[in-house]
Amino acid sequence: MLRYSLKRLVGAIPTLLILLTLAFFMMRLAPGGPFDSEKSLPPEIQANLDRKYHLDEPLLQQYGRYLWDLLHGDLGPSFQYRDYTVNELIASGFPVSLRLGLASIAIALVVGVALGTLAALRQNRPADHGIMTLAMTGISIPNFVLAPLLILLFAVHLGWLPAGGWNDGQWRNLVLPVIALALPQVAYIARLMRGSMIEVLRGNAIRTARAKGLPERTVILRHALKPALLPVVSFLGPATAAVITGSVVIEQIFGIPGLGRHFVQGALNRDYTLVMGVVVFYGALIVLLNFVVDLLYAALDPRVRYR
Amino acid sequence: MRRLLLLLLLPILSLQVAAGAEQVLRRGNGAEVQTLDPHRAEGVPASNILRDLYEGLVIEAPDGRLVPGAADRWEIDEDGRVYRFHLRETARWSNGDPVTARDFVYGLRRSVDPATGSKYAQVLAPILNAEAIVAGELPVEELGVKALDDHLLEITLKAPTPYFLGLLTHSSTYPVHRPSVEQYGERFSRPGRLVSNGAYRLAEWVVQSHVKLVRNRHYWNDAATRIDTVYYYPIEDSSAELKRYRAGEIDITEAIPLQQFRWIRSNLGDELKVAPYLGTYYYGFNLTRPPFRDAPKLRRALSLAVNREILVEKITAMGEKPLYSWVPEGIPGYEPARLDYADWPHSKRVAEARRLYAEAGYSRARPLTVELRYNTSENHRKVAIAIAAMWKQALGVKVRLVNEEWKVFLENRKQKRVTQLFRAGWIGDYNDPYTFLEILHSRHGLNDEGYANPEYDALLDRASVETDPEKRFALLRRAEAIALADHPVIPLFGYVSKHLVNPRVGGWVDNILDHHYTKDLYIREH
Repeated sequence: MLRYSLKRLVGAIPTLLILLTLAFFMMRLAPGGPFDSEKSLPPEIQANLDRKYHLDEPLLQQYGRYLWDLLHGDLGPSFQYRDYTVNELIASGFPVSLRLGLASIAIALVVGVALGTLAALRQNRPADHGIMTLAMTGISIPNFVLAPLLILLFAVHLGWLPAGGWNDGQWRNLVLPVIALALPQVAYIARLMRGSMIEVLRGNAIRTARAKGLPERTVILRHALKPALLPVVSFLGPATAAVITGSVVIEQIFGIPGLGRHFVQGALNRDYTLVMGVVVFYGALIVLLNFVVDLLYAALDPRVRYR
Repeated sequence: MRRLLLLLLLPILSLQVAAGAEQVLRRGNGAEVQTLDPHRAEGVPASNILRDLYEGLVIEAPDGRLVPGAADRWEIDEDGRVYRFHLRETARWSNGDPVTARDFVYGLRRSVDPATGSKYAQVLAPILNAEAIVAGELPVEELGVKALDDHLLEITLKAPTPYFLGLLTHSSTYPVHRPSVEQYGERFSRPGRLVSNGAYRLAEWVVQSHVKLVRNRHYWNDAATRIDTVYYYPIEDSSAELKRYRAGEIDITEAIPLQQFRWIRSNLGDELKVAPYLGTYYYGFNLTRPPFRDAPKLRRALSLAVNREILVEKITAMGEKPLYSWVPEGIPGYEPARLDYADWPHSKRVAEARRLYAEAGYSRARPLTVELRYNTSENHRKVAIAIAAMWKQALGVKVRLVNEEWKVFLENRKQKRVTQLFRAGWIGDYNDPYTFLEILHSRHGLNDEGYANPEYDALLDRASVETDPEKRFALLRRAEAIALADHPVIPLFGYVSKHLVNPRVGGWVDNILDHHYTKDLYIREH
């Protein structure tokens, strides 16, 4: 197990290296630089700025410098937010995105599993059809449509919840963005859960359990739920990553100071270091989450063993 | 009896609570600010906050008039080159330190110091030796600024500059608190470190969430300040901002979504503040390449064929004014030069446009094909479509619309290679025609048209050393007329500023620079 873990972690390094190399050079290929604005700078000032941020060096040297600093855990200064380093911006933005993401995934998991199980037990009956229609709708409506609708209804017309802002993460500010983020995931999880539950219910283990005369509740909760959860668990890794990183749109709409917002604004402003920092950070996060899911999988399924 | 007394007292007590209640103002502020260092900041959002945090020698009254700020009076010598500012003895930094002439000297030197890397150091160009210092040719000590004593500041200009006092409201002229800059270096402008001399001080700054300012109890005029706390929220998306405004979460919006303008006008009409704004919306030609190089007739034809009245009535439709000059109206004492066809009926303009178009060698059978570039935005797209349609209808010009992301757009515009015709806008930095005229000077950094007329440059250069304000305006007006006749640009319309202001906010006055100091606003008690 330990050897397997080590192998996986070492294997992640080339992946991350390719990712950050691509991101580094693609970012530089985009026309315009971090200090460009409508008014062009006097050449002396442009030269001063370039020197200060090492933009006057050859690209390969800059790349080498970036890798070297990264090895030391330094993601560099932000070009855009002159008063902050990228490390500081990630340290302040990530907890926000994480909180949003975890709350969404927790809700998606509970609601999705419950709905999926219910649909499986009522297969091809009205409840099943209702839930699956809802799920399809949830998957098909994009975030950027859903979120403004939620705001219009709950904030502008009903006045129950704030229309945006973070407010240090008070629950009232969390509700709408969390719903907007969770809904598509609820739908996915419900569909996955329904499929695997139906399959598990047809298996021999369940037939045996029923033959023993166990009450239906016990059959479902003790014997069917655990194996039926497996596909959901493998979906959780990418889903958590998607929710944490995919909050880009939601953070923009609700004005939430998370990493996603830094990412979008950073790209628009050609804030090279900030974008790189977020890419590297997210890359590492996704690799890590997939790894955690694999471990969880082994814990849930006795048939799976890693070497 | 006692209970009765209490009942009688209750309304009085609660009234007192209301009167003493904290006044909190929440403002939408467009994009997140890059820094609150006044010498490195740029853009409207940062200026909004900096006006509350800092105070220059001169500030603006709510209606935009210049009034004494950190200096309570000043003298200007007869040549108009030496300014002596008497600083208020009562002026204090937010930590209680007195504001002295040396703070201003330190601030102005820091602003032009190449090591600071200020993008707006050009604002200080009228000060003696400023340009040479920015270029690294002279040490900062050579700047024409000195402290004669604690409260007397002398600024020497390289030439009389009638709009100089107006420049002093710009953040690049603000003083900074020397001990904190020396202690914290570049990152002195973070919360907990920033010491400011304006009506407010920095309490919190959570990037992409909010900037919170609280009143500076040491401010010399704190007694007149009424808002205790002001929040600035960065909200780029104007429809998101509108929703938060409607939900009662912000009191003043920074922008208005164009698509919802009609709805806002009919539903929130009383809260909508639209006013002329010192800015021009125009199209620029790339004069360094065909088809527009050496093609004055073609450029004039295209300008003639634009129906600006239809444009502002049907397309932008927010009360903009059709523009027939380069400098927008509203600068005191300056009457902008106008295009000679400004008063022609549209039919005559189209006839003339057709004639010129033909003379330039184009026809319906052999039409001009041109790319029109604009930065991605729904509003710019609508304008571009309308103008392309006008040209097609009047002349048969084939226009291909190309939208580009902002930085790509700017890069292409500056390189002058692929760009043929581009959308542009310019908001005046200060209340003087020069802020518009200078950008068509052949050496100016914003001259993306590549316009170079020696006669125009000479008139501007003469104007910058002219001491008599009337003669100076006459020179500028002649220069403007030359540029208009050459058609390096097509002026389209003058901008308007647009905000929603909650009725509970008092003290709001429209002004042409769209500057609204929080210290002049208040929350109405009920």
